[in-house]
Amino acid sequence: MKQSKTTELMVGMLIAAGLAALFVLAMKVSNLSSYSEQSSYNVIARFENVGGLKVRSPVMAGGVLVGRVAGIDYDNDRYEAVVTMKVNQSYDRFPDDTVASIYTAGLLGEQYVALDPGGSEDFLVDGSEIEFTSSALVLEKLVGKFLLNSAESGKK
Amino acid sequence: MLDWIRGLGRGGFRFFETLGRANLFALKTLVGIPAVLVRPRLLVAQLFSVGVLSLPIIILSGVFVGMVLALQGYNTLVDFGAEESLGVVVALSIVRELGPVVTGLLFAGRAGSALTAEIGLMKATEQLAGMEMMAVDPIHRVIAPRFLAGFISMPLLAAIFAALGIYGGYFVGVGLLGVDEGAYWSQMQSQVDLYDDVYNGVIKSLVFGLVVTWIAVFEGYDTVPTSEGVSRSTTRTVVYSAFAVLGLDFVLTALMFGA
Repeated sequence: MKQSKTTELMVGMLIAAGLAALFVLAMKVSNLSSYSEQSSYNVIARFENVGGLKVRSPVMAGGVLVGRVAGIDYDNDRYEAVVTMKVNQSYDRFPDDTVASIYTAGLLGEQYVALDPGGSEDFLVDGSEIEFTSSALVLEKLVGKFLLNSAESGKK
Repeated sequence: MLDWIRGLGRGGFRFFETLGRANLFALKTLVGIPAVLVRPRLLVAQLFSVGVLSLPIIILSGVFVGMVLALQGYNTLVDFGAEESLGVVVALSIVRELGPVVTGLLFAGRAGSALTAEIGLMKATEQLAGMEMMAVDPIHRVIAPRFLAGFISMPLLAAIFAALGIYGGYFVGVGLLGVDEGAYWSQMQSQVDLYDDVYNGVIKSLVFGLVVTWIAVFEGYDTVPTSEGVSRSTTRTVVYSAFAVLGLDFVLTALMFGA
């Protein structure tokens, strides 16, 4: 079979274009860039209630992404949720009295863990536990409290 | 009445016969694939006619589908003041659904029908029989390269379709409608998951490529060797492929995203 160089060239271009498109999809469209396995250290925190927090939810400090939630478990003995976070190694100066809180981005947005640094001289290291935590706000509880308050004030 | 039931039974038998032949045929083709790999020139020629020649229609429809999605999505989202999410809407619908499905349908129409017609005509003009006379297995020489070419080109075409569709959406959304450029990309990146969305889209396109090419080469190989038979097989290829793509898409979506 006679096969011109143009045919081969065109097929090569098709394959190159297809691979380039896959590359664009992976790098530009999806969240691969945030997958990049930078070296990180694990920190755990216990919460009464994690609300809608999920694995791979962001961990922010001062609004900047510093890590991701790596795992959420339930401690059967202490009846608390245990959240494991992977924090990037480049942010290794969090004091060990840092406060971890679960906030919601926007009114109905996704939930994230916010780290507020404390004033201690010692830093969090791999495997250390954040002692000061505040749980996710559960909207139903808030509404319930609000209704209860307004009912009581209405009685007076 | 009895005749009608007997007709139903005969139809059922014929259906299962065809299914069985198609499966045996697929098995033989798979066995023939190593024979293609030692002669890559056959494969390159088929990649050209199946893949490269399908490229213009894929590029064109990819860009336009992306542009239409951006236009429609914008009109809906702007009512909620959420036009920043346009990137997510365009990217998710293209990467998950429209990319593989529309590419599959176009591929069936552009490449599948051509494959069936070509192989069917080869059979009608007894070229396949001639090859057998010369001790050349037509499955190795004719079918397997085309099958492999379809299987390879389909995911590539779907990826090109998806990437261009997203850029088409970018062009309309950011360029014409004034969505913020940073929001378009960053919202997209935060919502589109590499494994859940992109990989599953690629898996879909692989499955569609396999099924569409399988139907196309089988219909060609199994055709009634007359001009009418070839025309019927070509029609059947397009109809069955569209059916298979849409049906399988539902099944795959249910498996991937339904849980």
